[in-house]
Amino acid sequence: MNKRDVAAAFFFAIVAVFLIFGAFMMHPFGEIEESDMDDYIIRNTQSIDADTDGAGADNAVTAVVFDYRGFDTLGEATVLFTAVAGVIMIFRRLKDD
Amino acid sequence: MTEMSKIVRTIAGVTFPFAVIFGLYVIAHGHLTPGGGFQGGAIVASACAMILVAFGSKWTMEKIKEKRLSVLESLGAIGFIGLAFIGLFTSGVFFKNFLVGNNYLFGNEALGKGDIFTAGVLPFMNFAVGLKVIAGLFVIVLVMAYATTMMKEGKK
Repeated sequence: MNKRDVAAAFFFAIVAVFLIFGAFMMHPFGEIEESDMDDYIIRNTQSIDADTDGAGADNAVTAVVFDYRGFDTLGEATVLFTAVAGVIMIFRRLKDD
Repeated sequence: MTEMSKIVRTIAGVTFPFAVIFGLYVIAHGHLTPGGGFQGGAIVASACAMILVAFGSKWTMEKIKEKRLSVLESLGAIGFIGLAFIGLFTSGVFFKNFLVGNNYLFGNEALGKGDIFTAGVLPFMNFAVGLKVIAGLFVIVLVMAYATTMMKEGKK
């Protein structure tokens, strides 16, 4: 048992202790303690008020991803486009045309 | 990769339409239920990858060229950013949801009722991103599988 194994075991013990403490400190499933932020987000994404920039969508996650944070989705689409362009550029010379 | 046995090909052909319809359902109801353009597009691309594995990459490449898939992917990207620019030109804000609030096209109020004619431009953006993800993921898998087959046959 060399020094690396001792260090790995020490690190693992620390992480395990924190995980166990975290598991005991979680509140029970389904019992929401503070829901003010959730209510605010759901109310404002489902409305169509121009004052609050309501998106009018039932799915609040889609409203956030495609409306309020559209730039993030645009970046993800650009990443996918770059991946496709790179793959086609690398494998183009292997075609038999 | 070469094509698999006749049983695998038949079962893949039978289950392919159902997987595609499920993926298109996830895309179309992206503003109502969990999921959206990315997730539904990944489902449809998985169905296309199943066809690729069952029928072989040569057959699939003969049926659908990767140039057409690239055109589809670019159409999705142009649609997505075009909707964003329409919001800029009509309302002065990039990514403005310019269709919400009107009474004729996807402009109803949601209120948790599951009405599909809600959310303004979000269904169109879901469709554009779904088209982009379908074509993008499938062209990656198709080109890499075809290149592997060509390399195994010794062509350079």
